[in-house]
Amino acid sequence: MIDPIFLLEAAVNGILLSGVLALLALGLNLIFGVVDIVWIAYVDLVMVCMYLVYFLVMIYGWPLWLAGLASVALGALLGLGVHLLIITPILGSAPVNQLLATGGLLFFLQSFATFLWTTDHRTVRLALPILEVGGMFLSFVRLIAFAISLLAMIGLWVFLRRTYIGTAIRAVSQDREAMALMGADPQRVYLVTSAVGGAMAGVAGALLIIQYSVHPFFGAAFGPLTFMICVLGGLGNMVGAFVASVVMSEIISIGGVVISTEMGYVIAFVVFIVMMFVRPGGLLVRRG
Amino acid sequence: MLELRGVTAGYGHFTALWDVTLRVEAGEAVAVVGPNGSGKTTLMRVISGLVAARTGELVFEGNSLAGRKAHEVVRHGIAHVPEGRRIFPRLSVGDNLRMGAFQPRARQAFAESRARVYDLFPVLRERERQPAGSLSGGEQQMLALGRALMSRPKLILLDEPSMGLAPVLVLRLFELIRRVREEGYTILVVEQNVRQVLKLVDRAYLLEVGRIRMEGRAAALSEQDFVRKAYVGL
Repeated sequence: MIDPIFLLEAAVNGILLSGVLALLALGLNLIFGVVDIVWIAYVDLVMVCMYLVYFLVMIYGWPLWLAGLASVALGALLGLGVHLLIITPILGSAPVNQLLATGGLLFFLQSFATFLWTTDHRTVRLALPILEVGGMFLSFVRLIAFAISLLAMIGLWVFLRRTYIGTAIRAVSQDREAMALMGADPQRVYLVTSAVGGAMAGVAGALLIIQYSVHPFFGAAFGPLTFMICVLGGLGNMVGAFVASVVMSEIISIGGVVISTEMGYVIAFVVFIVMMFVRPGGLLVRRG
Repeated sequence: MLELRGVTAGYGHFTALWDVTLRVEAGEAVAVVGPNGSGKTTLMRVISGLVAARTGELVFEGNSLAGRKAHEVVRHGIAHVPEGRRIFPRLSVGDNLRMGAFQPRARQAFAESRARVYDLFPVLRERERQPAGSLSGGEQQMLALGRALMSRPKLILLDEPSMGLAPVLVLRLFELIRRVREEGYTILVVEQNVRQVLKLVDRAYLLEVGRIRMEGRAAALSEQDFVRKAYVGL
């Protein structure tokens, strides 16, 4: 029998993991909800941002917070670039072409990263303590990453709820054509959305590099998980994505402690497949 | 104010409008009536820039609208209330109105426009914080109208405003449209409810399979045997 303290520790770690995953899922969901295109290469953009933070901190000696801000800026620029160079030319074409194009970007980024930076795993080491709370051992780095993820999500929420352009972004995701009739240039709204979605990838990149090592195939490790969370939450549904990321992280984390790390992922994917049959519209099927 | 000359438009290989010529003077209310599938909605979409005309001229207050996208047309002072209302269901009533004033010129006058809309449709003020999707059909149509007024238009295009409303509400809605008209807006309305709409407008066009078949003063048109039998149901 497993000591309940380990289960509790796993549950807390699951919550901490869910922060960054939710951030990724929200960024991807935001873009899908508005532009109606799934960026297959989304987590590979995160990978590029992770390399940026790595080089800025470990080679050029920038302070981590500054490198993090640079990562957010790079993410936003990458988002704009992806939209202008890859999405805009194929906006009206068949969905399969859009998948192929962003999928092609994924292979390009993987190969490009391998070519430039080899397949070495690189990490930003932080000399931060492990906290002991009531017999549980919690990583301070993960706590910080979780707190910043939450802040970024609250920031996104405020942006979408309180600002004019944020409200317009939500309006476009509900009725693109009606918003054009209000005088909003859809292309401009797409650009803002892609930049914001890219910036979320930048935040995630800065938070991931202090917890995991980066390598050219990082996207292959976190990408499927991110898509799974988006689909489980209901594509385009922000609250659903958040709930789904908590559910998935808990399964992975607790399953990993009770059985084995690999089995944690196996169970998570099985739950996903079963849920696709039970609730194909997502965990929280949106009303109206 | 608005003039269409020889406008042809369609989707792909399908042509929905053939050589349509139509005119709306400032301060007028004009209806386009006709059976389902006659091209009425396409006509509205061509004027507001959602569908590009293949040939012909579109002139609004001396400016050509040819080749203009929808988000540019609204800046010229044309507001399109689309078929099926198309409000933003998960945005609050207040946010729907905010979005109506998206273009810069309208945004500056936001508070004033909103006060006017709330005076016309007091129920929208009461429901300001509610999601628009929770409104009744009639209230949603008011919101769609109010949202269009927020862009400070000169010409309002109404596409099937009575669609999906109970008969009692249809009468009330036409009363509201009449009030909007009295505020000085020019109106071009497409309707299936021919009898009601002919009471509202000054002139009307009859559209059939994409062509203008008849044009005239509303009163005269509703007297004609052909229109009466086919559309008014008398």
